[in-house]
Amino acid sequence: MMLLSGDPPRSRLLSVLLIAIVLGLALAPLLFPGAKALNVATKICIFAALVASYDLLLGYTGTVSFAHTMFYGIGSYAIAIALYSLGPSWSAIAIGLVIGLPLAALLALAIGLFSLRVEAIFFAMITLAVASAFLVLASQLSWLTGGEDGRSFQLPELLRPGTVFVKNFFGVPLNGRTLTYYIIFIGCAAMILGLLRVVNSPFGRVLQAVRENRFRAEALGYRTVFHLTYANVLAALVAASAGALNAMALRYAGPDTSLSFAIMLDILLMVVIGGMGTIYGAIIGAAIFILAQNYLQALMGLASNAAAEAGLPLLPGLLHPDRWLLWLGLLFIASVYFFPTGIVGRLRQTAHHATTR
Amino acid sequence: MTIVPHMTDVPAQSASEPLPKQPRDLLPLLLPVLLALAMLPLIGSGSTWITLTVASLAMGMMIFIMASGLTLVFGLMDVLNFGHGAFIAVGAYVATLVLLPLASWVQADSLWLNLAVLAPAALAAMAVSGALGLVVERVLILPVYGQHLKQILMTTGGLIVAEQALYALWGPQIIPLPLPTSLRGSFILGDVAIAKYRLLAMGVGLAVFVGIQLVLTRSKIGLLIRAGVENREMVEALGYHIKRLFLGVFMVGSALAGLGGIMWALYREQVHASMGNDLTVLVFIVVIIGGLGSIGGCFIGAILVAMVANYGGFLLPKLALVSNILLMVAILMWRPRGLYAVTSR
Repeated sequence: MMLLSGDPPRSRLLSVLLIAIVLGLALAPLLFPGAKALNVATKICIFAALVASYDLLLGYTGTVSFAHTMFYGIGSYAIAIALYSLGPSWSAIAIGLVIGLPLAALLALAIGLFSLRVEAIFFAMITLAVASAFLVLASQLSWLTGGEDGRSFQLPELLRPGTVFVKNFFGVPLNGRTLTYYIIFIGCAAMILGLLRVVNSPFGRVLQAVRENRFRAEALGYRTVFHLTYANVLAALVAASAGALNAMALRYAGPDTSLSFAIMLDILLMVVIGGMGTIYGAIIGAAIFILAQNYLQALMGLASNAAAEAGLPLLPGLLHPDRWLLWLGLLFIASVYFFPTGIVGRLRQTAHHATTR
Repeated sequence: MTIVPHMTDVPAQSASEPLPKQPRDLLPLLLPVLLALAMLPLIGSGSTWITLTVASLAMGMMIFIMASGLTLVFGLMDVLNFGHGAFIAVGAYVATLVLLPLASWVQADSLWLNLAVLAPAALAAMAVSGALGLVVERVLILPVYGQHLKQILMTTGGLIVAEQALYALWGPQIIPLPLPTSLRGSFILGDVAIAKYRLLAMGVGLAVFVGIQLVLTRSKIGLLIRAGVENREMVEALGYHIKRLFLGVFMVGSALAGLGGIMWALYREQVHASMGNDLTVLVFIVVIIGGLGSIGGCFIGAILVAMVANYGGFLLPKLALVSNILLMVAILMWRPRGLYAVTSR
C-alpha cells in the first residue's frame, strides 16, 4: 500500500491485469527470449512511464499538451548527443542527463508561464506550434542532431550485448542487454510509482480541483498557474527521463523515434484508451497499444491478403497493416464518447457496482 | 435609498443621434504595411522586394482561406476543431478527382478551358468538405458541446481517422498536381516578375474575405451569427435555431478549408495526406495571432505569417524555421489574446 501511495487498483480484474503485465515485464528476458520480444517489452516500459507523465497533465489537470514528445525528444537527444560526441562512458550519460533534464524543465516552465494562464484550448494550440517548430529545428540543425538521420551511438562497455555475465541462466544468457533492460524497467517503475505519489499528495488533490473547477480552486486561494506550471515541469522531467531511457534502449535518437507528431498521437491514444486520470491506465494503455502495434498488424496483413484474394474492393486497403491507426482512431473516438474513463475507469466502475449491490 | 448622483448627469440621448461607436482599432492593420516597409532597405533590391511581397500576400490569402473557417467556428461555437486540417486535405484530394481525369483541359493553353476545369474542381472540393463538415459536426462535435477537453480529443481522433482513410483510399504516395498551363509562369513588369497563380490566389482570397465580411455585417444571418457570438442564450431566447446556425457555419468553415486545400495543392503542385496535419500548425498560429474568432485578425495574421516566412526565408533561411513561433510570441507579448480579441472568452 505504501508503495502504491494508498491508491490501489480498486478492481480485482484490474489488479490481475496489472500484476500480469508487471510480472510479464519483470521476467520478460527469461520468459520471452529473442530480440523482438525484448524490444516490445522495453517499449512498453518506456511508454508506460511516458504516458503516465502525460496522464499527470491530461488526466489530473485537464490540460491538453501537444509538446510532450518535445520533452521526450530532448531527453533522447541529450543522451544521444552526449554519448556520440564524448564517447561511450558513464560520465557522458551523466552529462547528457545533467544537460537534458534541466533543459526540458526550463522549457516546460517557460511554456507554462507563458500560456497556462489562459484556457486549455490556447495551451493546446501553443504547445502544438512550439513542438512542431522544435521538430523542424531538430531535423535541420544537423551538425548537432544529425538531421533526419539522427544520431547512433555506442553504450558503455557494461551495457553492450557482448558483455556476458552468466552464460546460461535457466537456458537464457544474461548479458549487457539484459542489464540495460532492467535499468529501464526499474527506472520506469520508479517514475510511475513517483507519479502515483505525486497525484495522491495534497498537490495532486489541488490539481484535480483545478481540473474540476479552476475558478473555484482559485477562489479557495490556490495559485492555479503555479500548480499547473509545476505539474507541467514534473511531466516534462519524467518525459525527458523516459526519452533518455528510450535512447539507451535503441542506441539511437532521431526525429522519427523521439519527436514525431505520430508519437504524440500514440500517447494520446494510449492514455485515453487506458483511462485518463488513473496513472494505472498508462500501464494498461501502453501494454495494449504496443502489443497491438507489434502483433495485431500481422493479423491485419493476413486479413488484408485474404480480402485481396477474395477480390473485395476497398477492404484490402482498409485492412492494410499500415492502416491500423485508422481502426485505433475509431476506437479512440468511440472510447472518448462511450468510455471517457477508459479501460481502468470502466473496470473500477464495474467493481464498484458489484460491491455496492 | 439614495439616488446615484451620476444617473442624473447623463444627458438623455435623442433618438436621432447615432449610438456611440467603438473606436476603431487600426494599429494591427498597419502592422503588415510597416513590416513590409521595414524590410525594403534590408532586402535592398526593389524588384525582389515586390516579388517577395506579392508572394507573401498570395500565400497569406491562401492561409487565410484555410484559417477563416476555423476562427469562425471557434468564435461562434466555442469549438476548436483540431481536425480542421483534415478538411484541407480532403478538399485537395477531391480536386484531384476532377483535375486528373480532365488533364487534357488542364494542359490546354487556354485560360477559359483551364478555368472551366478549375471551377468545378473547387466547387467539388468545397461541396465534399462541406458535406464532411456536416457529418463531423453531427457525429463528433454535437455530443461534446461545451466540453473543451473532449472536443480536442474527439477532433484529434477525427483527424487521425480522416488521414488514415485518405491513405487507405488513395495510397501513401504523393500525387503530383500540375498547375493549369495558362496559370504557369509570370507577368514581367520591368524587372519585376509576378507569378500568375499568385495573382489568382490573391483575387480569390480577397473575394472570400470581402464575402465573409459582407455576410457578417450586412445580412440577417450575419447579424444572428454575430449576436450568437456575443450571447448565445439570448439569440436562442429570441426564437432562432442557434444549432442550425452553428451547423451552417461549421459547414461553410469546412468548405472554405476545402477551397484552401485545392488552392494550396495547386500552389505546391502536389497532394499528400499529411498536408492537413502540416497545415494545421500554420493555421493555428494564424488564428492565435489574429485573436480567436476574429475574421479581420485572421486576415492580418495570415498575411503577417506569410510575410515573415517569405522575407525571413530570403534574409535568414535558418531563422525562417522558427519565425512563425517568434512572430506569435512577439504578438502575444503585445496583445496576449491576439490582435483582435473578439469574445469575452
